[in-house]
Amino acid sequence: MTRSLVALAAIFAALVACVGTASAVGAPPRAADLESELVCPVCKTTLDQSDSPVANRMKAYIRARIAAGWSAQRIKDSLVAQFGQGVLAKPPKGDFGLLAWVFPLAVLGAGAVVVGILVVAWSRRRGPPSPPPLDPALERRVDEELARFEG
Amino acid sequence: MRRRALLVAQGAAVGLVALLLGLLVWKLVSNQGGDLARAASDGKLPKAPNFRLDRLDKPGSFQLSDLRGKAVAVNFWASWCAPCKQESPYLEQAWAQDRKKGLVVVGVDANDFRSDARGFMSKYGITYPVVYDGPGKTLGPWGIKGFPETYVVDREGRVVDAFVGAIASAADRARLRDAIREALG
Repeated sequence: MTRSLVALAAIFAALVACVGTASAVGAPPRAADLESELVCPVCKTTLDQSDSPVANRMKAYIRARIAAGWSAQRIKDSLVAQFGQGVLAKPPKGDFGLLAWVFPLAVLGAGAVVVGILVVAWSRRRGPPSPPPLDPALERRVDEELARFEG
Repeated sequence: MRRRALLVAQGAAVGLVALLLGLLVWKLVSNQGGDLARAASDGKLPKAPNFRLDRLDKPGSFQLSDLRGKAVAVNFWASWCAPCKQESPYLEQAWAQDRKKGLVVVGVDANDFRSDARGFMSKYGITYPVVYDGPGKTLGPWGIKGFPETYVVDREGRVVDAFVGAIASAADRARLRDAIREALG
């Protein structure tokens, strides 16, 4: 009895997992997501923020392609083929586009190193140089004079 | 030694700031646009920037400099641009009227879908050469601020007149005829 229940539970869990995976893989792209990831070539803002004629035409294109069952990547690729890489709000993480991701981080890193060097240099900087030590004979004489004065 | 390293670091920081400032100034200056149209209207005969683009009306590519020796009317347009519909018959008319004298009308379809552009050409009966510039890379060098804009280039490749906006009124059409006559020489 217990063994049957365990088997039933395992089958149910497997089914749930299969349905979940299938829905995640086969889920159509959302127009709103794509519109926030693509740029209007005329006004240079993302499509969701633009109401220009070309942006509206691109939105209609996206919706038609989603209805035709295209994946998000295929829709993006087809728009890049028409309007160039500039239509992507985020540069692709490959080839030259990688530079756009790495360069700011590299500049930030270099800036942090420079600031670190400056902070260390400034913290090590001492105050005004101390005066040279007194001549022992002169020091003894000053002590004697002070003693006499205090006496 | 430490002082030297400090100076190098400070120099690098100042250099980086200067580089970023330079980039900002360059971006602002290069985005000005409209200079070509202004220079043409002032009669300065600026040189027309060259371009090489794929054709929309037939296979192959097209280079503006190949037309040296001919007068050229370069029309920047897009299928979603309403005033472009208004002026296209006049451009077609000019092309039909003066092509035997050495005029070439060239349409540059920019920021547009190829299929939409072809539909527009078919609907409005455009028979002159049309090239496709989806990413709009020619717009910067020509200083195009919107669509349509038309530039009349003479046989030496100099811009003799520029039309910012549609060639729609009788006065615009008369000015276009004059510009073409001047470009043909």
